[in-house]
Amino acid sequence: MESGHSSRLSLRQRFYLLEVLTGLGITAHHFFTNMWRHTLHTVLGVKSARGAVTIQYPDERRPYAPRLRSLHRLVRREDGSPRCVACMMCETVCPAHCIYIVAAEHPNPEIEKVPERFDIDLGKCVFCGYCVEACPEDAIRMDTGILEFSSYSRAGMVYTKEMLLALESARPDGTPASPVPIPPDRKPR
Amino acid sequence: MSGVAGDLLARFGPVAFAMFVVLNLGGILTWVERKQSAIMQDRIGANRASIFGIRVLGLLHPVADAIKMLTKEDFMPAHADRLLFKLAPFVSVFFAFAAFASIPFGDMLRIGGREIELQAVTLNVGILYVLAMLSMGVYGLMMAGWASANNYALLGGQRAAALMITAEVAIGASIMGVVMVYGSLNMQDIARAQGQPLLPHLLGDWVPAWGILTQPLAFVLFLTAGIAATKRIPFDTPEGESEIIGYFVEYSGMKFGMFAMADFLETVVVAGMTTALFLGGWQVPYLQAAGLVFPWGATVSLPHLLVTALQVGAFLFKVVVMIWLLMLIRWTLPRFRYDQAMRLGWMGLFPLSILNIVITGLVLLAVGS
Repeated sequence: MESGHSSRLSLRQRFYLLEVLTGLGITAHHFFTNMWRHTLHTVLGVKSARGAVTIQYPDERRPYAPRLRSLHRLVRREDGSPRCVACMMCETVCPAHCIYIVAAEHPNPEIEKVPERFDIDLGKCVFCGYCVEACPEDAIRMDTGILEFSSYSRAGMVYTKEMLLALESARPDGTPASPVPIPPDRKPR
Repeated sequence: MSGVAGDLLARFGPVAFAMFVVLNLGGILTWVERKQSAIMQDRIGANRASIFGIRVLGLLHPVADAIKMLTKEDFMPAHADRLLFKLAPFVSVFFAFAAFASIPFGDMLRIGGREIELQAVTLNVGILYVLAMLSMGVYGLMMAGWASANNYALLGGQRAAALMITAEVAIGASIMGVVMVYGSLNMQDIARAQGQPLLPHLLGDWVPAWGILTQPLAFVLFLTAGIAATKRIPFDTPEGESEIIGYFVEYSGMKFGMFAMADFLETVVVAGMTTALFLGGWQVPYLQAAGLVFPWGATVSLPHLLVTALQVGAFLFKVVVMIWLLMLIRWTLPRFRYDQAMRLGWMGLFPLSILNIVITGLVLLAVGS
């Protein structure tokens, strides 16, 4: 069983017991410092002392960077109608072909068109952000801070104009300001 | 209290207490394991199980585990030996549980004209009994490995048996030093003898003769072999859940849980044995039957019941500290390879414990003459 590997260990390492004690010292040090911080945190009420690095995700969130590309939203005009003029730029630039727009006449003659349908298939979207870059009207943004979209079916991944219009921009710390849209196939039973 | 009822209480009281302690410690160890490992690794640990929103630091997780295991499918392979397959987890748990019986958790309790030894079973050969029970536990594992009709399980059972023999030899040989020093196989006598002062003409009454001071080498050897006997990391070659599967491959539901529980019970037993043999058992420093007697001459007399309560409390405290240490080791070290474990056992622990016996004998001869 003599191999080159074992001969590279020093005598102290081969004796193992001292190395074990060193290791136990490290883990015990972690244990006692964390126990002390937990005690400070929960018993003495020092909220800045944290004994664990855990972020308890559904309850707390890691702060997201402002430039994070998260779930899309359609920006609204003051009257609540979409700012989108159905110019098809985003649909054209989209490398994943996940945007589907049906244009319609806008009642206001100053505005050229309005999307009758504006679907984004998030099952296809690659979150490149080209649609946001391409939009001449600043009508689509990816700043909701929402990353949790899932569905039991492909159809459930298609987000419609109404769903995208209902979303708000994320709060300054990056947490979502609007609830995560729940696709129809994922309604609570 | 008198008559038959008193007799029964005097007989079964310690048994009930020992069972209560071991079962509860064994059950709560799943929680200790999760939480302690989490704290060591800067995590929080399981804290989500709740009843009506009450979480109590994750203490309900053992309950949730038990419910989960009881409601799982109880699968048995088609070609398994039906009787042995079902018997194996019970054998495993039973012997792990029975091993605690002769570990003393307090001095003689004098109450109502009775003298009650605070240990479940008073045995003159208590150490041998514990050793026997610990080694009988491996029958459960071998039965599990054999009856599963699965070659991986069989190999796991073989590894368990090999590891157990390795550990047992080292445990037995390292304990011999303790037996020589205190001159008894009765664990209660050994615990009592550890209250005597160590080297009285040199150190006065300052230092009690705990086993860890009289037999430091045996302590290290016993602890190492004891961890091997619990089959937990770093010696979990029989199981190795993450990659080398072991003797309980084919088990599911509560039978699987019983094997895990046997490991926890063995942890409690090893902690109890270490306490009884090396950490003074139920001894509190400077606490004698009449009260506190300090080496500088001060005495505080205490009532007998309080002294007994202090001793039992001290025993439980030491056991808990030992369990903490065993958990710390389990969550610090990586697993030994099978050949490393064997080599450590046969070429490290065993010769060293023989050496320990020789040295102890020589020292005893020199001191005695």
